This record gives sequence, C-alpha cells and structure tokens, in this order.
Amino acid sequence: MHSNGLFLKDVAGFLGSYYTALAVMNGVAGYLLWKRSKEPTQALVWTVFAGVMMILASLALSGSPGLVPALPAWLRGLVNQLSGPVLYTLGTTALLTVLFVFRRFFVKPMVAWTILNAMLLLMGLSMADENFASIVMKPDNVPIVGLVFLLAFFTWVATKQAVVNDDRIAQGLPPMEKLDDEKVLVWPDLVYTELICMIAVSAFLLAWAIFLPAPLEEPASSVKTPNPSKAPWYFLGLQEMLVYFDPWYAGVVLPSLVIFGLMAMPYLDFNKKGNGYYSIAERKFSYLTFQFGFLELWITLIILGTFLRGPNWNFFGPFEYWSPYKVEVLNNVDLPQMFWVNLLDRPLPRAPQGASTLTQVGTILLREAPGLVLLGAYLLILPPLLAVTVFRGFFARMGFIRYMIMANLMLLMLSLPLKMVLRWTMNLKYLVSIPEFSLNF
Amino acid sequence: MAIGETIRNSQIWKSIFRHPMPLDRRNRIVVMLTNFFLHLHPVSIKKQGIALSFTWCMGGVTFFLFLVETVTGVLLMFYYRPTLEWAYNDILALRDVTSLGILRELHRWGAHAMVITTWLHMYRVFLTGSYKPPREFNWVIGVILLLLTLLLSFTGYLLPWDQLAIWAITVGSNMARATPILGYEGPGQQLLTVGGIDMITDGSDARFGLLGARFVGEETLNRFYVLHCIAIPLAVALLLAIHFWRVRKDGGISGPL
Repeated sequence: MHSNGLFLKDVAGFLGSYYTALAVMNGVAGYLLWKRSKEPTQALVWTVFAGVMMILASLALSGSPGLVPALPAWLRGLVNQLSGPVLYTLGTTALLTVLFVFRRFFVKPMVAWTILNAMLLLMGLSMADENFASIVMKPDNVPIVGLVFLLAFFTWVATKQAVVNDDRIAQGLPPMEKLDDEKVLVWPDLVYTELICMIAVSAFLLAWAIFLPAPLEEPASSVKTPNPSKAPWYFLGLQEMLVYFDPWYAGVVLPSLVIFGLMAMPYLDFNKKGNGYYSIAERKFSYLTFQFGFLELWITLIILGTFLRGPNWNFFGPFEYWSPYKVEVLNNVDLPQMFWVNLLDRPLPRAPQGASTLTQVGTILLREAPGLVLLGAYLLILPPLLAVTVFRGFFARMGFIRYMIMANLMLLMLSLPLKMVLRWTMNLKYLVSIPEFSLNF
Repeated sequence: MAIGETIRNSQIWKSIFRHPMPLDRRNRIVVMLTNFFLHLHPVSIKKQGIALSFTWCMGGVTFFLFLVETVTGVLLMFYYRPTLEWAYNDILALRDVTSLGILRELHRWGAHAMVITTWLHMYRVFLTGSYKPPREFNWVIGVILLLLTLLLSFTGYLLPWDQLAIWAITVGSNMARATPILGYEGPGQQLLTVGGIDMITDGSDARFGLLGARFVGEETLNRFYVLHCIAIPLAVALLLAIHFWRVRKDGGISGPL
C-alpha cells in the first residue's frame, strides 16, 4: 500500500513480458490479416496496436517505476467509489444482456478481437495497481482469471456457430453440422488429435507448475481465524449467497436444487430441436434459463466472491485496499417488523408467558403471516397462474408433474435475484423469520 | 529403418500388440478392435463430431487431467502422512527437500484445471443440446461426476493442513450444520427427539458425520484423506467407465440426428 514504487518494480518485469506477448499476438494477427485475409486496413490497425504494446512493454521495463503504464489514480478511485454489489450485479446482467441481444455484432471476429485486446489491455493497466494485483495474482485465484477468459472465448465460439445455424435454419437449410456427413477413421484422425491434446495439456500444466508455486500458508491453527475466511473458489458463489439467505437455504437447499435441477434438465426440456448442433433461436427458453443460471448466478457470483469480497465479507472495489476496519452499515429489517411495527404501528404478536404450544405456534404463524402469505403465493399460486398464462403451451405439453417441477425449480432459482432486489430496495433481511425453529427465509 | 522392422517382426513385439502397424486402411480398422486401450473408440467417426470448434475436447481433457491427478496423487502419497504431526511438514518437505519439487503444483493446478474443464465440457454439451434423448441418462451421470469432481477438490483442499486449508474447509463444512432437520443449527432440528432428548446435537449432526468431529481436526484430516485418495476416486472411476460406455451405446460422439 505504502511502498508503491517497490511494488511497481516487482511487477514491472511481469508487465514487460505481458505487453510483449500482446505485441507479438497482434503482430501475428496483423501479418495474417495482410497475407491471408487480404485486409490491409485491418492489418495496419493491429500492427500499429502491436507497436503501441511494444512501447508499453519498454515503458514497463524501463526501470523507473513512474513510467509503468497504469490507470490514472482518479479513475481507479472513481471505479472504487462507484462499484458495489448492486452496480456489479446490474452491470453484469446488463452486459450479458447486451452481448446476447446484439450477438450478431459481437460474434464478428474483428469485434471479438477488439474486445479481447481491450480486456487484456485493461487487465495489464490494472495490474499496475497494488491492490488489484495482490488479489488477482493470489495463486489460487489465477485459475479464475483463466476461467473468465476461457468462458468468454468458448461462449464466443459457440455463439458464432449458433448465429450461423440460426440463419440457415431460418432459410430452411440444415445446420452446418449436418452438411458434412462424412465419416473418418478414428486412427489416425481422432487418436492423433487426442495425443496432441495430451501433449499440449501436459506442457501447459508443467509451465503453470514451474512458474506458479502452490500456495502454502502458516500451519493450521484453529484459534487464528483469517479475515476473510473463504471457501475454495468454486464454492464462492454459494458463500456469496449467504449474504442474502441463511446457511440452510444458501448452503444446503439451493446447492442441492442446482444438482437436482441439472439432473432433471433432460427430462424437463421437451424441445426436440437443437439436438447435436449449436443453436439459440430453436431453444431460446432453455438457453436463456441455463445461461442466466450459469453465467449470471454461478460465474459472476464466484468472481464477486473471489475478487470483490474482502474482510468481514464487505464489498471492495477492484482497486481498493482490503482494510479489515471498513465498516458497512447493516440496517436490514425483517418483514414482520416492517408489517406489524412500521406499517400497522403495533407491537409484534407475542404469546403470553406459559401459553400452550398450540397458542405459541399460532402466534408465530400470525406474526409471520405476511411473509408466509407472500411465499405461499409465490410457490403455490404463481405456478398454476403461469400455467394458464405465460407457460400455457409448456403446461399442455409437459403435463402436471413435469410442469410443476420445472416451474418450482425456476421460481426457486429466481428467489436469489428477487431477494437481492428486496435487500437493495427495502433493506429486507428475512421474509419469514422464525428463530424459534431456526427457520429464516 | 531396418531395426524398427526387426523389432516389429520380433516375437516379443507381436505378442504384445495383436495387430500390425496401422499404416493401411485395413490395419487402422483392426487396431481399434484389437487394442485394449483403443477399443474404447469406434472404428470410424463423424468428421464433423471431432471438429475442434464443435467439440472443444474438454471431456477428453478432463479425463486426461483425472489420470494426471491419479499419477501425481500416488506419487504425493509416498511422501505425505495425514496426521497433525506430519501433514504440514511433509508438504514443506515436498517443496524444499524432494526432488521434482513441482509435484504438488502439478497436482493442485491440475485439480483446478479439472474443475474448469468439467464445467466447459458440460457447457458444450448444453450448448449443443447433447443432453437430449437418447443421452439423458449420460448427462445425469455427468452431473454426478461433476459433484464428485468438486468433492475431490474439496477434500484435497484440506490435506496441506495450512491456514488456507482448514479455514476453507471450516467455512465450507459449516453449511452442513444448517442442514434442515439433520444439522444442529438447521431448521426443524428440534423435531428429532426421543423421550425429550435431542437426537441432533453438535456431536451427532450432518456436519459431525462429515468432519468426524465437532470441528476440523485430526479425525477430519484422516476422513478427508481416505475420501480423497480412495473412496471418491473409485466412485469416479466406476462412473467414468459407465459414462464412456454410454457415449458409445447412446449413438457415439454428439452430432445432429
């Protein structure tokens, strides 16, 4: 934090090779665009970009920390100030929506290339920030950085083919995958691909293992609790859900439902189209549901939990120092409190001392009536209501049981974003809060 | 050239490989049928099905990483003792004393990579709609394999016995405490009582079953070690066999019907 010059000296070598790699990558792209694609203008643009990267590389390697290319301090401060769980979630949702709606534009190779370079450049400039680098370069966080780029790449690969196929299907043509019905011998075509794959993965893994030592902290101590205490990275989406739900739901029920829902998927998706080829238009509902669950609710929450949650699970901007002293106001209120006290101006219903069990349970039910009614309406009334309106076609084709399982899985999945919105807009803590039975929702 | 010829014509070579070199079409077919390792594959395959942009190779890479984990894992077991006294010191020695000091790195990064490639494999299977009939059940097996992969990684996370390890497992397993009815802080745990005595306590609930103790301690280390090195890998191996067998039986590598 305080020895910024020292830190920049440490990171300069890495950034130097990083920008050099960017320069080489774009130099090759420029060459291929010129020679192979006969696109002299594009070739020029990316060659110039490669030159700029080369300049950045030499600035990083110049030996004077002040010259290491970085985002200006005011911009980093602004990003820190603006970022928060609300903006992060809405922002990623908006981003994914834009990418989806204008997918025709984004799958163009040159657009994708521009975005990739912008991402890599932004990453490099951010790395010159000590706080950013200390989180991103944590050995166990490196895989997540890789995951982000891999997912972006493969989503692009898939969407590109889906867009082509959707156009073809709209014209009454078969998908691309169907054009080539030719069969080849597994030896050599597949066996050699597998061999090359194994060698490539081995080389990659060896390089990774040589350059990045596995983390090893102090010996385990059950009395020294680290702050923050985090689960392994692939469970951090679940840990993030603990902000909005109690452990029984966020940590046990919802993960079980994710597994159950994934297993149920082939039996719920009655759409026979889109089997064995990339397509979006032919299966828009299942596509959007899956992508919302995977990219938005699983991946972005992992990124949030890993990179943006610091001590005490407080939110920290990407360039913010993880101070354990940061205080966030927690003024969340339960729904019964809102309903009885704030709205009706009455005390919470309470059973008299020594009342019978029945009276006590009755009082709890009365106290929690607003939340229970809302929940009941959400899980019991909404599915049939949807069955006769929006999902009329689904209901007819799926039958009662399959439809109810689908609708309930859907509503339970949506319970997370809905609870988020309720928390942000109304400071709602629990809809139903029955501490007597450790049942909070 | 002549030496190669002599070797390939020797009795030893011929006793090992039941087929001649796959240099012509006939032998390229024969090799797939008579070689134990290759017979997992069909003889011929849709050209489009193995196109890189279509298949991404992520299932195969995941399997390869599983093999890497098995080999490096066995080697690590030579050096590592799962006791409070030795666990951490053995890991230190693995880094500082043992030759081939990147064994643990290979194992750890391979494990992270395996989680990622499993996700990417499932992502591809979803995006090509390959979970649809007749492959529904193989998708279900795949989901169980996903769960086992995560559990493998989770149980392995504890073994270095450093601060990172025990607190990640503590945070992760604290959830089990809140299991409805079966966790002692879960909703409805009061329901299981016999003669007024609570059946679900911190010494008998779901978390206790997972950890073998009330907190992450020596019993947990032993339990996770056994799960990580024996129980889960065996389950994975069995399910992998079924997974691959079903790929063949359900119409081979995915492609348009």
